Amino acid sequence: MVSRTTDDYQRMAQAGCVAITEPAFWAGFDRSSAQGFSDYFRQLTDTEPKRAATYGISHHCWLCINSKESEDVGFAREVISIIPDFIDCDNVLGIGEIGLNKNSKNELIILEEQLALAQRMNQLVLVHTPHLEDKLKGTNLIMDAIDNTSLDPSRVLIDHVEEHTVRAVLDRGFWAGMTLYPDSKCTPQRAADIIEMHGTDRLWINSAGDWGPSDPLAVPKCRVELASRGHSQALINTISYDNPLSFLSQSGKFSVK
Amino acid sequence: MTKEEIVDRYFLEHRAKVLDIAAFLDRIDRAEENASDFRIEALLSCIKELHSGKEGRTQRILDLLSDQTKEPIDHAGMKGASGAVPPTS
Repeated sequence: MVSRTTDDYQRMAQAGCVAITEPAFWAGFDRSSAQGFSDYFRQLTDTEPKRAATYGISHHCWLCINSKESEDVGFAREVISIIPDFIDCDNVLGIGEIGLNKNSKNELIILEEQLALAQRMNQLVLVHTPHLEDKLKGTNLIMDAIDNTSLDPSRVLIDHVEEHTVRAVLDRGFWAGMTLYPDSKCTPQRAADIIEMHGTDRLWINSAGDWGPSDPLAVPKCRVELASRGHSQALINTISYDNPLSFLSQSGKFSVK
Repeated sequence: MTKEEIVDRYFLEHRAKVLDIAAFLDRIDRAEENASDFRIEALLSCIKELHSGKEGRTQRILDLLSDQTKEPIDHAGMKGASGAVPPTS
């Protein structure tokens, strides 16, 4: 987790975390060159797996140019051109997190080009859906864009779903991820509500471990929330372990030691 | 969980959240400027929805706070989101 200290890996291991998947995302600032992404991809495929392994955690990642840096189409295409150099690394699970941020035309062009890349290279796809007021519209635009490809929706995880998007994502055949945050997006309590309302089929939870306010221990907190409501250990394992394992294993590279 | 168990478990947490909202609105009232803000207008609309008495409040509130247009915008002028739909959207 490029944004977090080693202490977070240690605390996650102590809380029972055995594997993580880290998407390529915005660093809080725009990188000035495609070479900056090359270094970032090296960090994701070489440095972070070693850091995580110190605590017995299997580290996997996704590669892409994120939507926040996709407004400059020429720049984004330069970054896309270097993804194939890293895609065969042992811990790379697919293309992600691609998607939209402000739902602009240029973001959509780059999303479509990265979907095409995933299709050509037979990769899983991890989708980032926009924040706050932009999420509903962006989620629908993204699902329409995927429907225009031959990508199998069962090989696509649409992340950051909330109450107003989860049903449509599941009904259209995609996997749905609930990213747990202390304040924005889904809290562990609301995720538990969503599970109670929508079941566990193709739905799972994940902790955000980014550079903003986020909590790498959100998944264990949600597990505790579900247990305290009387849910079975089987349901808790399905939503936090078995479902991620089912989806991610489609990559052929995901492993938990 | 029964209704009583849910209330017993979560009431104090949400009592505190209601007080936070009240204090936030009071803080705004104490500020010198009187100009309205679309985010506060949106928040007040959400509070009205809490009185609907019908299940599904969370989804309806998220819908109230969502851009309901369908077409991509021409350019992304900013990276962040404000949490409610600006008047120009």
